[in-house]
Order: sequence, then C-alpha cells, then structure tokens
Amino acid sequence: MSSAENFAPPSAVPSIDKCPTGIRGLDDITSGGLPHGRPTLVCGNAGCGKTILAMEFLVNGARDGEPGVFMSFEEKSEELVQNFASLGFDLAQLQEDKKLAIDYIHIERSEIEETGEYDLDGLFIRLNHAIDSIGAKRVVLDTVEALFSGFTNTSILRAELRRLFRWLKDKGVTAIITGERGGSQLTRHGLEEYVADCVILLDMRVDQQVATRRLRVVKYRGTIHGGDEYPFLIGAGGISILPITSLGLDHPVSTERFSTGIERLDTMFSGQGLFRGSTVLISGNAGSGKSSIASRIVEAACQRGERCLYFAFEESPAQITRNMRSVGVDLGPPADAGLLTFCASRPSGQGLEMHLVKIHERVLETKPSIVVFDPVSNLTAVGNPYEAKIMLTRLIDFLKTQGISAVMTDLTHGANGVESSTEEISSLIDTWLCLRDLESNGERNRGLYILKSRGMSHSNQIREFVLSSDGIDLVDVYLDSDGILTGTARRAHEARQRIEAVSQRQDRERRQREIDAQQAGLDARMAALRVEQTRLTAELEAMQAEAQLRQSGETDLRATVAASRKADAGTGS
Amino acid sequence: MTDKPEKWLLKLYVAGASPKSITAFQNIKAICEQNVPGQYEIEVIDLVKNPRLAADDQIIALPALVRRLPEPIRKIIGDLSNTERVLVGLNMKRLETT
Repeated sequence: MSSAENFAPPSAVPSIDKCPTGIRGLDDITSGGLPHGRPTLVCGNAGCGKTILAMEFLVNGARDGEPGVFMSFEEKSEELVQNFASLGFDLAQLQEDKKLAIDYIHIERSEIEETGEYDLDGLFIRLNHAIDSIGAKRVVLDTVEALFSGFTNTSILRAELRRLFRWLKDKGVTAIITGERGGSQLTRHGLEEYVADCVILLDMRVDQQVATRRLRVVKYRGTIHGGDEYPFLIGAGGISILPITSLGLDHPVSTERFSTGIERLDTMFSGQGLFRGSTVLISGNAGSGKSSIASRIVEAACQRGERCLYFAFEESPAQITRNMRSVGVDLGPPADAGLLTFCASRPSGQGLEMHLVKIHERVLETKPSIVVFDPVSNLTAVGNPYEAKIMLTRLIDFLKTQGISAVMTDLTHGANGVESSTEEISSLIDTWLCLRDLESNGERNRGLYILKSRGMSHSNQIREFVLSSDGIDLVDVYLDSDGILTGTARRAHEARQRIEAVSQRQDRERRQREIDAQQAGLDARMAALRVEQTRLTAELEAMQAEAQLRQSGETDLRATVAASRKADAGTGS
Repeated sequence: MTDKPEKWLLKLYVAGASPKSITAFQNIKAICEQNVPGQYEIEVIDLVKNPRLAADDQIIALPALVRRLPEPIRKIIGDLSNTERVLVGLNMKRLETT
C-alpha cells in the first residue's frame, strides 16, 4: 500500500492543475482533485452513485465560487432537485443564485428520423449557452451514453463525441462524464477511448448480505494517485470516501497524560495516567467490568470539560447510563451538557466500511478527546478477521492523526482473558488492560493488570478491582501459599493481619515494661554501690588522718624523752 | 383523409449559415414546393443567435426539422438529402396519392 502523499515526487516541476472535488477522501486519493480544465470519466453500474458524485462535484464547486452546468440525459431537472434534497443539497436555490444550471436533454428514439448528414451542434450550442449564462467552470454530462440510444449513425456520434470532449477542453471547463459499465469495457460504448485523462470506476458489491460501494481511480494521466479500491458511503451529506493509504505513520504524538479517573489505576501507570492520543484496550470476559472502567474514564474526562464520544454496539445509551449509576458513575449530566455523545448501533446492521465511515463522520463532527468503542470485538465480528484488522488499523490510525484517545473494550471468552482475535489487533494498541476473573474459595472476584503500556513504566502487579456503589477502586491482592487472595479471602487475610498487628504491639509493650523494670533495678543497685563507695572513701581518709596523727605524736614524744635524758641529738630510737 | 388543404408549419433549426444548414433549407423548400405548394410555412431558427430556443424542441442534432403542424410533432434530423425518407418522416407522402 503506497501513500500518495509519501510518494509524491520532490521535483519542482509543476504538476498538472487540480480541481478539488470537495468530496471527502477523493481529493486525497487523487492528490488534489480532478484534472483542471479536462474531462474525467466516471463509470459504473446503475446505482453506484455516479450522478451523486458528479452533482456533489458541482455543488461543492458552486459553494467555492465555481459555477457548474449539469446536463442530464436521464433525469429531469425537477427530479434531480427532489432527489438531491434528501442529501441536503438545495439545487433550486443554487439555480436561482446562478451557481448551477441544469439542462435536461430528452432523447426519444421514435421521434427522430435521420436523413443525411448531421452533427450534434445543437448539443454544443445548448451546452455553450448554459456555460456562458452562469460563467460555469465545471460541467457534468450524465450520462452522455444515452445519445447512443437516440442516434443510429454511430460513426457520426463517435466523431461528435470526440469533438465534444475536445471542445470541453478548449472551453477550459473541468468536466465529469458519466458512463454505464459494460461487459469487458469500462463503459458500454467505449467512452474511455475519448476521455483519456482521468477515469474513475465506481462499483458496488454485496458481500455477506452487506453492500459496499467502492471507488477506484483507474487512470489519471500526469499525476500520482492511489490505485486501490476505496470503499465509500453515500450518507446524508453526500459521498464520503476513506482513503486507506493516505494515512501515513507520521502523526504527531503527545507526551501529555490524562487521568483515568481511578486513582489507583493512574498510580499503576507511573502515577500519571495514560498518554493523550493513545489507544487503550480493555479486554476481559463477560461481566469483568470493562464498560465500567471505560465509563469512568469518560466521566472523568467530561468532568475535566473534555468532549467524549461513546460508540455503543451492545447496549442502548439509556441502559448504559442506568447500569453505570449502580457503580457510582453517572453519565447523565455530561450527556445532558452535550459533552458526552452516544452513538448506538447494531454492528451487524451494516458493513465494516459503513461503520468506519460513520465513525469518521461522527468524530469529525463532535471533535472529541476520547472515543469509546464498547465493545470493539462486536465490530470485528462483522467481517472476516483480515478485514477487521484492516478496518481497526485504519480506525486507530485515523484517531491518532487526530490526536484522539481511544478506549476499546474487548469481550473475550478464553480462560486467561486473551484470545486470538484480540491478539490480531494487539500490535496496534498502546496500552492493554486485562481484566481477569479470579476464582477461589467459592467466589469470583475481579482482577486487573496491565499487559502492556508503551512508553511509560507501569506496575506489573495484579490488583483486585472492586465495583461498588461508591465507585471503582483498586486494592492490593495478597499472595500466600494457596496463590493470590481476593475478595473474602483478602478481607480475611486483612483481618488476620490486623489481629497480628495488635498482638505484636502488645508484645512490644510488655517487653518495654520488662526492660524498664530491669533498668530500674540496675539503677537502685548502682545507688547502693555508690553509697558503699562513699563510705569506704571516708574510712580511708579517717585511717590516713589517724596514721599521720600517730606519727607526729610519736616524734614529739621521742623529742621530749631525749630532751629529758639529755641524749645526743641525732640519735634515733 | 379529407381534401381540405392542410396547413404545414415547419421549423428548421440550424447552426449559422453552414453548408449543411443551407443544403437542408434548400431540400425542405424543394420538397414542400413539390408536395404541398402554398400550404406550408418554414420557420428557420438559427440557434447560434438564439441558443435558448434549442431547449423547446429538445434539439441536439443539427440541422433538425420539426413538424409543428399538422399534429403530432415529428422530428427529422440531417441535411434532408434523402427526399424519400423526409416524405416518410413528415408523413407528407399521402398527399401525392390524392
């Protein structure tokens, strides 16, 4: 698949002038529109939307200041006005404003006798008059092949058609010529032979009872164009085409984060929540709480004043709102305030392409910051897995280029909450939340873990996910020898832990008291010892004093004795 | 069939004074002179001058001859060089037999 834009030649040589059709998607495929000032052939079977495409080209031109002439060979002017009113085109007003001229050319074979040479100057004159009367820049001939039923002399007719297309080129108008698809050729009468610049083929196929219209640019001289078949939808606003390949992988990314509205869940994503513009998949079995999480994310976004779009493929909006109230999520007020838009539809009601086109339309219309698909698995069930993957790729690509965050819920049936259909799209998503049923001790509880989350550190823990009338909360789970504990077992475990904590505290206090008592005993003993020490010191001092006293007493006595004996000095005793 | 002379009102649409236009006019004039002398009127309409008028008779091919009277309206295109076919186309032939 090549992208028309990515492969555009970088040369400075001016490419051919383009005339934008204003039809969503077609200008992307043709890198700007139809060849300016040249005729383009639009061919296809009956009911493919040739006339609508042609008329939309004129109406868009009229709006942008390029008046147009519609030469109808099939429908009368009044019929066209009526038919296009249903698409919201006011052709009568455009005619009044001189922005559109409709000329109905009636050809009745039985009325016409041919004798000798003739030409189609009458047609030229009428066309010329119509173009000049409003200064038309665009012309549609729908379908010029009707002429073949009106005239028997095909050699004259072919020569005249060749002249007509050349004349249109000389006139400098951008023209669309429609033609019926025929057999082996693109058109029944080989019109492609004359209109060589640009050929667009419309097709309608029915697959599994769902009709899808497709468009293909068969040929576009002098320009690079997408060559694939592009599905398109004829909706209330006209034609919408989804060019798959015009989306590159070069969309800007945001580093901004947004909260999921569940505090503990934000904590699991390094405390900051999810990246804006990322794609989040919430997968889980029935009743695992996918919609609840998605709704909470939406509610939180709306509380921040952001717009949200909720595609419900299973429940009606009223049912979702009622059910979510039971888990403390009220989607009523944001819906009433116009911040939240619900789009409920049955996935099987239409083909994947239709869904995609409608999603496109609604997203472009409401410009939300978050889009929810609940559940996306219903959408993938419509087509075959390959188509579904392509469709989701385009959907995700589209939302990413718009910088819109997508929350997709995915209903799984496998025991581990993941199955093959999910795996096919897993590479496309940025953050994958898995919801698991945790069955133990005769009860079922909800577990949540992050399977992956690109570009951020995230928790690897399984959390128990609790839905109550107070809202959604995540709580820790416990591991013991039997495995993880949730629900009642977790609460029992928590109670046990509380009891243990109390007894531990009591132990600690008792020990404290024992130590205190021991310390007090030691203190008392130390005081007694200190008294003993003081006593001993005093005794020692008394002893020393007495000894000194005795010594000095003896000296005095000896001196007295010596003196009395008249002994020689120096003689000791 | 009545003997009452019918009034033939013919409109010849042409695009300017092209050779085909002139041939067509000469041819129809000759045919009328021969078949319904004095009972006919030919109005030549030049669409180059009055393009608006082309829509009235749903003219696409030129030259085109429209028989307004007698009713019903009939259309013949071409330079009217095949007299036999013009007479059939205008249903003028029966007058010859009367």
